[in-house]
Amino acid sequence: MIKLENVGKTYPDGTVAVKNLSLEITKGEFCVFLGPSGCGKTTCMKMINRLIPLTSGKIYIDGVDITQQNPVDLRRDIGYAIQNIGLFPHLTVCENIGTVPMLKKWPKERRRKRAEELLALVGMEPKTYIDKYPSELSGGQQQRVGVARCLGADPPILLMDEPFGAIDPITRSRLQDEFLKIQGKLKKTIAFVTHDINEAIKMGDRIALMRKGTLVQYGEPSELLYSPENEFVQDFVGSDRVLKGMRLHKAKDVMQEPPLTIRSNDTPQNVRSIMEDNMQRWAITVDEDKHFLGWITHEDIVDTKSIKDIVIPPTVTASPNTPLNDALSLMLNSAIGTLAVVDDDEKLLGVLSFQIIRDVLGEQIENGDS
Amino acid sequence: MWIQAWQYFLEHSDKILEWTLQHLYIILVANAMAVVFGLLIGIIISGKGRERLADSVIYFASIMMTVPSLALYGILMGLLNAIALPSIGFLPVVIALTLYGLLPIIRNTYTAIVGVDPAIIEAGKGMGMSEGQILWKVKMPLAVPVIMAGLRQAIVMNIGIAAIGSYIGAGGLGQPIFRGIANYRVDLIIVGAVCVSLLAIIIDLVMSRLEWAVTPKGIKIGGQN
Repeated sequence: MIKLENVGKTYPDGTVAVKNLSLEITKGEFCVFLGPSGCGKTTCMKMINRLIPLTSGKIYIDGVDITQQNPVDLRRDIGYAIQNIGLFPHLTVCENIGTVPMLKKWPKERRRKRAEELLALVGMEPKTYIDKYPSELSGGQQQRVGVARCLGADPPILLMDEPFGAIDPITRSRLQDEFLKIQGKLKKTIAFVTHDINEAIKMGDRIALMRKGTLVQYGEPSELLYSPENEFVQDFVGSDRVLKGMRLHKAKDVMQEPPLTIRSNDTPQNVRSIMEDNMQRWAITVDEDKHFLGWITHEDIVDTKSIKDIVIPPTVTASPNTPLNDALSLMLNSAIGTLAVVDDDEKLLGVLSFQIIRDVLGEQIENGDS
Repeated sequence: MWIQAWQYFLEHSDKILEWTLQHLYIILVANAMAVVFGLLIGIIISGKGRERLADSVIYFASIMMTVPSLALYGILMGLLNAIALPSIGFLPVVIALTLYGLLPIIRNTYTAIVGVDPAIIEAGKGMGMSEGQILWKVKMPLAVPVIMAGLRQAIVMNIGIAAIGSYIGAGGLGQPIFRGIANYRVDLIIVGAVCVSLLAIIIDLVMSRLEWAVTPKGIKIGGQN
């Protein structure tokens, strides 16, 4: 889809921003350009829509050399979002989102309809916000509108330069999650610039780690984490790479069947004997339809009380898509070292334990190092 | 003295109205020209890589402002005479006022356009706006309030300077002042001076309203926060 071939950028004063860089971003792939400031990652991204002209090499989009295209037309087919958002303060949210559609001469009603769709997509109530001005929105809302705007004319490619950079960590993390969901539906081809390794691991299908204008390593997040090409990659990833790698695993991928499941309609006597047979002090409890109810302990079981009455309701649960790092912190927060994974209807899917997490991560490291 | 001035005002209100209209006409023509040229120059010098040109232009326009109006009238009379154009009255005064009005308009146009947040311009460019679209759809709407402030400053300043134009026969509210000086009639001077001041105050008020009216809504809201 996007192909960079021996791309270089040398400024007239002799500064080399990017040298001899080749990589390919396949269709529907989320590619993160990562590196310390001044490594050329932003330059690289801006060469794709010709905001910065390249001085050597070639860039192809769908096999067509970008220098063969009119830069203005080229940019209208590539979504663009930047860290400072750059919303037009004199235009409404509707007009901002409709910028590229307006440039493409879409009729007014169609632009408004599109703005409504996109507002809903980025989680903003269209009726409330469509006629507001940027100055009436919070920072997080402005970022959302910025994302909606880059999707304006439904371009197949998006260029994003730290689009979640200028907001507080909590909002940023929420926007990242939401954007990943959106990307799951839209499958755009994305070139995304960041200096934040955690963001890169969380968002990217592949990461292009750059240093001083050259590409150091290009691969999936797990490759960078577990088989760093050299010391620079290792340093950049950080000594806590195992912890960072936890992000790459979802609860649903590693959860296991609970060792023992108790039905809440069982008799206390029966339950006690099952637990004793299995030598378990704790057991997970579900109702007739497999809805997760909580935990019971052996010593709480009294013959005169039904299981339902002694069940300890859960303080925390994980969803199938909870990354392992979040799951681990939930486990540390809960009284029991085991975490139940439930679906949207509270149905029990499996459990996570410290042992399971340890095994998964140990396996990763071994695979990477071999 | 003040009473005499008041009496003169009442008795010759038709005359004073005529002078006021003359005055306004001169101001209107001169500042309309100043806007056209000022905007044009301001837009040109705000282009990329023209910082040095901008500095020289603004420097030159500032020097223009320091030339005393009487001297400027005199110089213009000489120049116009040399190319066989009317060297007294309306024309030299309008040219002089246009020159005086240029600086605030050029300076404000330049400052406003150059001061537009680079992120906004980059976003526009990155989304595929042409240079012209960035200028007219982004930079200018954002610059308008500042440009209007410059125009307001130019007009109010020119109302005072135009009074001196009566000396070279352009009419206007300078008439009673010069007549007063020539005939030692303080009441006439007072009538002229008060009328010029009032005109300036009223125009200033009107312009401040206009400035607010042309400010894009999105910026007004931002200003209130």
